[in-house]
Amino acid sequence: MSDQEMDMEEGGVVKQFMFVNRKAPYGTIYALEGLEVVLISAAFEQDVSMAFIDDGVYELKKGQDTKALGQKNFSPTYRALEGYDIEKLYVEKESMAVRGLTVEDFAVDVTVLDHAEMAAKMAEQDVLISF
Amino acid sequence: MPMIEAAGKSFEVDEEGYLINLSDWDEGIAAYLANEEKVELTPNHWEVINFLREYYSEYQIAPAIRVLTKAISKKLGADKGSNKYLYKLFPYGPAKQACKIAGLPKPTGCI
Amino acid sequence: MLHIVNKSPYERNALESCLRLAINGSAVLLIEDGVYGAVKGGSFEGALQAALPGLKIYALGPDLSARGMADRVLDGVSVVDYGGFVDLVAEHSNCQSWL
Repeated sequence: MSDQEMDMEEGGVVKQFMFVNRKAPYGTIYALEGLEVVLISAAFEQDVSMAFIDDGVYELKKGQDTKALGQKNFSPTYRALEGYDIEKLYVEKESMAVRGLTVEDFAVDVTVLDHAEMAAKMAEQDVLISF
Repeated sequence: MPMIEAAGKSFEVDEEGYLINLSDWDEGIAAYLANEEKVELTPNHWEVINFLREYYSEYQIAPAIRVLTKAISKKLGADKGSNKYLYKLFPYGPAKQACKIAGLPKPTGCI
Repeated sequence: MLHIVNKSPYERNALESCLRLAINGSAVLLIEDGVYGAVKGGSFEGALQAALPGLKIYALGPDLSARGMADRVLDGVSVVDYGGFVDLVAEHSNCQSWL
């Protein structure tokens, strides 16, 4: 075991974790599973952020109504993230633009980054977890 | 799925006794579930149960304990937003036990 | 940083997004159906060549061979075996999988 891992067991080292979301909400289980893992990760008191890229930006779309689908509408849960101290939600500008979305379309407050800024943000992470 | 008869109705629960259909819940069922958990419901219990139901209806998840205490302390005062206070009301774990009585699924992030 | 792409660029946008979001100096490893992005004559040849000065691009040999593509790997793309895959993971501090 490395020194860094030893420190972590003692509650010392805080790592930067980024959860990368690239899938739309209901067609596959990725988005929901990703969100649940993020909520669980909050218990470990690490520096957690979420990135929304490609179809992942659709997860944040306002006004989702799944009644007729018989599936749970989990979009309100993104609004609970703040209470879990997960406040860094990054959305890639180019992914929004090609889908005709603006920040007004989102159910939560986000930070919009262009692809170069997003790339830099990803590169500085200790751990990236993809959904 | 096991079925349970209570308050003149029958409803489905999972292996751990959590209600399957949130819409089955009413105060009679809460009283039945509380009795199963050997919890005697007082106005202080109801305050937490109602809080949990409101939280769920807003966010579609049952909060983790840390989030629950923080949110309760904001809404009902710091004296109630503590693990100690909540464990006194729900000795087998506020998140698990109170959520069960409130008819919610087991909290996400409950490890 | 290491990026891993395992989807055909003709079916998914994983390679395209990876190339857009990989900073200069990063490594990109194409595996499974991702190796179709590393070959000559396809419509991604231009995109890959444009990215090559800034990125190190690798393709997994066993996946190329299995698909009959081992003889048409783009110049500048390095072919690695499973040992090379492990080395790449070990020598980079972080990794993004473009699922």
